[in-house]
Amino acid sequence: MEFVTHHPVLVVSLIKIAIALFVVMTALAYLTWFERKVVARIQSRWGPYWVGPHGLLQPLADGIKFLFKEDIVPPAADKISYVLAPFLALALALTTLALIPIGPATITILGQPTQLVISHSSVALILLFAISSIGIYAVVLAGWSSNSKYPLMGGLRSSAQMISYEVSLTLSVVGVLLIAGSFDFYDIVGGQSGRWFHFLPKWHIIPQILGFICYLTAAIAETNRVPFDLPEAETELVAGFHTEYSSFKFAMFFMAEYANMITVSCLATLLFLGGWLSPFPATWHWQLYLPAAGLILAGIGLIVGGLRGVQLSAKLVFPVLGIVCLGVGYLCTFAAVMPVIQGPFWFIAKVFFLLFFYVWARGTLPRFRYDQLMSFGWKFLLPLSLINLVLTSLVVVLRLR
Amino acid sequence: MNIAMAVFIACSVMAIVGALALILAREPVHSALSLVLVMISLAILYLLLGAAFIAAIQILVYAGAIMVLFVFVIMLLNAGEEVRTNVSRLAKWVGLPLGIFFLLEMAYSLFHEFNGRAGAATGGTFGALVPASTEQLSMKLFTEFVLPFELTSILILIAVLGALVLAKRES
Repeated sequence: MEFVTHHPVLVVSLIKIAIALFVVMTALAYLTWFERKVVARIQSRWGPYWVGPHGLLQPLADGIKFLFKEDIVPPAADKISYVLAPFLALALALTTLALIPIGPATITILGQPTQLVISHSSVALILLFAISSIGIYAVVLAGWSSNSKYPLMGGLRSSAQMISYEVSLTLSVVGVLLIAGSFDFYDIVGGQSGRWFHFLPKWHIIPQILGFICYLTAAIAETNRVPFDLPEAETELVAGFHTEYSSFKFAMFFMAEYANMITVSCLATLLFLGGWLSPFPATWHWQLYLPAAGLILAGIGLIVGGLRGVQLSAKLVFPVLGIVCLGVGYLCTFAAVMPVIQGPFWFIAKVFFLLFFYVWARGTLPRFRYDQLMSFGWKFLLPLSLINLVLTSLVVVLRLR
Repeated sequence: MNIAMAVFIACSVMAIVGALALILAREPVHSALSLVLVMISLAILYLLLGAAFIAAIQILVYAGAIMVLFVFVIMLLNAGEEVRTNVSRLAKWVGLPLGIFFLLEMAYSLFHEFNGRAGAATGGTFGALVPASTEQLSMKLFTEFVLPFELTSILILIAVLGALVLAKRES
């Protein structure tokens, strides 16, 4: 108890970490479900359907399955690196999330001023890049330590790809930094408040449209997702760098990939899409009721859809979920809750849209060939981000004069 | 003992262990990873001194870019375990005592310098010398130290050109 009173910052951080970990882990699990459902819809299939209503328990079943599979370490593998790699992948992917704020700096929860971020730093952006740049080692180590042909090829491809695209990724962000003049996420998002011509939100995506396109492309490559998923191209390399991994170690790579997707989407939201700022002018007061309205509509949809469903489990579970949604929606209309919920609501909505974009790209685009990948990265994306950088700095300097 | 001191000791031990492992490991990839460990511990020490920007750059540039290239090359060449040759006699009889002597000298002078000044190890003096904010740092870098800065970039460019010339030369 003495420790608690002496280190209040530490205790608050621990509570935040616990909440964030729970939310992110659940989000990761259901992101896999979401991806399978959306890709199935794009390909005219049903996707997961039988484990729970509409396959809603599928992530849980997958998790239990991973836990009970045999954990194999190949005899020829380099033991330390082999075990270290998946831990490194997941730990680093989750650490980056600690730097991401999901709401404005001044917020009061239970009468206590709180920040909706685990760790606030004045150089948060560059720290985030630093931590995520270490993540390459997980993939490289996994490929090398397995002591097998396909993983080594996957690891090599991956390190080459990540080095190549990290240049474009970092350069595409510099444009935003030049405009914002700070590494601090609060300053970067704060600079995006206001309007152009009284209606257009002053988000960085409008002057930095080139940078946004470069960022999004490089980010997909950095997270090894389709159409840049060459490190684990199933048709060429079995499963690439994680071919030899089984059981929960494989699951950790899987979770790390999805956590990286979330991080990259959060970063895009903060840098280009105005973070937690609402797209509507502040004078439109009805927008404060949008989170509540969304939840209540979702609740009604769940109840009606569930009762009309074919599966018995759906008929039982969905109305209950719908009532929970209605309750939370009603809670969001309270004066104590409404201002707190605004920032996270818009932030999560934007991140969700970007995640949907990711899945959409996966369902639409075929994989690049390796030489195409390299020439696209170095001969198209890098010059484009450099042009964006030069143009932005020119405009910034001219406006300073 | 406060938390900063505990972190300082942990990182120092990590850095020394990493540096020793770098030399002693036989597998090139293990050596490279030990160097990464050294760099990350150094970055945490910078963070402890309040130089967050330098800490982040330390990880981003050294651990995140240069060492990744190292590991990439080691993997590409598929380098096996090192073969130990007989250690040269000069290194054994002169180098080892000299190394120990320098270590002791450094330890003595550091102890002499900071003895009795509490908080020296956790950034009492060094922290005051380092520009804390990124703004101050870039101001210094692009006004006072602009010539060394630009010269360094040209030096790196020359290294890149040299590598290109070697790679493209007809054999």
